[in-house]
Amino acid sequence: MEFIQDMMNYEFLQKALITSIVVGIICGVIGSFIVLRGMALMGDAVSHAVLPGVAISYMLGINYFYGAVLTGILSAIGIGIISQNSRVKNDSSIGIVFSAAFAFGIILITLAQSATDLTQILFGNVLSVRSSDMWLTIIVGVVVLLSVLLFYKEFLVSSFDETMAAAYGLKVRMIHYAIMVLLTLVTVASLQTVGVILVISMLITPAATAYLLTNRMSVMIFMAAFFGALSAIIGLYFSFTYNLPSGPVIALATTAMFLVAFLFSPKQGVLLRTLRINKRKDIFTDPV
Amino acid sequence: MQQINVKKLSVSYYGKQVISNVSFSFESGKLIGIIGPNGAGKSTMMKAMLGLIPRDSGEVMIEDQPLQTIQKKIAYVPQRSNIDWDFPIIVKDTVLLGTFPKLGLFRRPKKHDRNWAMECLKKVGMEKYAKNQIGELSGGQQQRVFLARALAQKAEYFFLDEPFVGIDVASEEVIIRILKDLRNEGKTVFVVHHDLSKVKSYFDDLVLINKEIISSGPVEYVFKPKLMQKAYNYSLNMMESVGGEV
Ligand SMILES: Nc1ncnc2c1ncn2[C@@H]1O[C@H](COP(=O)(O)OP(=O)(O)O)[C@@H](O)[C@H]1O
Ligand SMILES: [Mg+2]
Repeated sequence: MEFIQDMMNYEFLQKALITSIVVGIICGVIGSFIVLRGMALMGDAVSHAVLPGVAISYMLGINYFYGAVLTGILSAIGIGIISQNSRVKNDSSIGIVFSAAFAFGIILITLAQSATDLTQILFGNVLSVRSSDMWLTIIVGVVVLLSVLLFYKEFLVSSFDETMAAAYGLKVRMIHYAIMVLLTLVTVASLQTVGVILVISMLITPAATAYLLTNRMSVMIFMAAFFGALSAIIGLYFSFTYNLPSGPVIALATTAMFLVAFLFSPKQGVLLRTLRINKRKDIFTDPV
Repeated sequence: MQQINVKKLSVSYYGKQVISNVSFSFESGKLIGIIGPNGAGKSTMMKAMLGLIPRDSGEVMIEDQPLQTIQKKIAYVPQRSNIDWDFPIIVKDTVLLGTFPKLGLFRRPKKHDRNWAMECLKKVGMEKYAKNQIGELSGGQQQRVFLARALAQKAEYFFLDEPFVGIDVASEEVIIRILKDLRNEGKTVFVVHHDLSKVKSYFDDLVLINKEIISSGPVEYVFKPKLMQKAYNYSLNMMESVGGEV
């Protein structure tokens, strides 16, 4: 286990490890709510919409975090405004806003002439994590986990039955936007690790995997956080050992876990279900 | 005393008015049916009363207060079709949601809240299923669990949208018995309903609606062939069931 040896020796590797674990955990936690609320497309939209913010920050010479959070949140609000004030359905307004923001971001980055940065932002490079990035990620992690802990009740009831929640006076619109803000923070914190294009795999796939394995939301959140962290570590390992971009490796790691759950999950597993059905068929056909 | 007052309530979707000028008033402590044909605006009226969708105009006063100020005294059971039945939640935790309104922000449900939720689950005869995921239940069982959740809210006013649609006879009997018990305890219960055969045995009062109010008041007064014809636009088989009973 050379990797562990190197981990002890290289500080950049330690930073990368801590950052990826935190990213994996918070992506799993927020991803669980995104999956349960049917907002996967929204996650994709916000991740693409941070691009112009990154470009603008780069031009102004400030940390990319601020610009990215700003455009991410603006796009979430824009999507809400379009779908609430017109006949355009939510998924269509998401498509409109996020393609526009992404296109705008690509043009800005091209104008700023930073082609190398573009590939890093798009596909992630966990090995280039600086101390400031690591601390930012940790702070975002604390904010996200604290919010979920404090508002767990409200997040649960509004995700499960928004109408009932609204009827007893819960501000469900505000909860929606709070989750959008958390989603944006998580997305931005993940940029270094997985990149804009593949953040969605980190948000959706571990949560969807957990969804197949349990009947309780609290358990689902813990499992999703675990799968997220595990795939982030796997991504770091391959990225370091085989010099591969971390984002795609992480995405494939999450997919592998999903496939295993999809096939073998005791309750929902496709394989076991097929076997069971075949067995039942045998019973029926036996006497013939 | 008339404690529930709805005045000139109108609601539009994208500029098209679906209920207009709905007004009625009732005493509290009654079991009130909201009836009318499909698409008449029953669900819309209920949601507008509860402030869940924007109104064009109108007001809803309960105990002389606008509804928003007594939201914690209201339990609403939406139509079953709005629920994601694959959601990772088990039966007893679903009922526990009913204790959230009174807990408010930051407070977690405690042991006595959990016990109370189990008690409510027993009232609807579903305690055996406490640990099942909600999607594993039949339609009638699901409806009973949602009624248990409403009971857990310790509300004064209950609003149920089509609770009897697509459920078994046993569940329907359990639910109507509990609704009548609530009424006997002095609670007010509104039920959206479109099966006319049991209207007379279920409800004290009726709101008959088809885009506008056709009539409202005691069942004996509203449930008459002429008014029903007007609401249901002369649909023949409907009339047989009314004619048979009135
Ligand atoms: N969200 C909505 N957007 C647009 N039209 C709607 C919406 N909900 C209901 N409607 C329309 O409003 C009318 C009344 O619907 P509804 O209140 O659901 O009737 P009911 O519950 O009596 O069957 C119907 O014509 C329906 O198509
Ligand atoms: Mg309806």
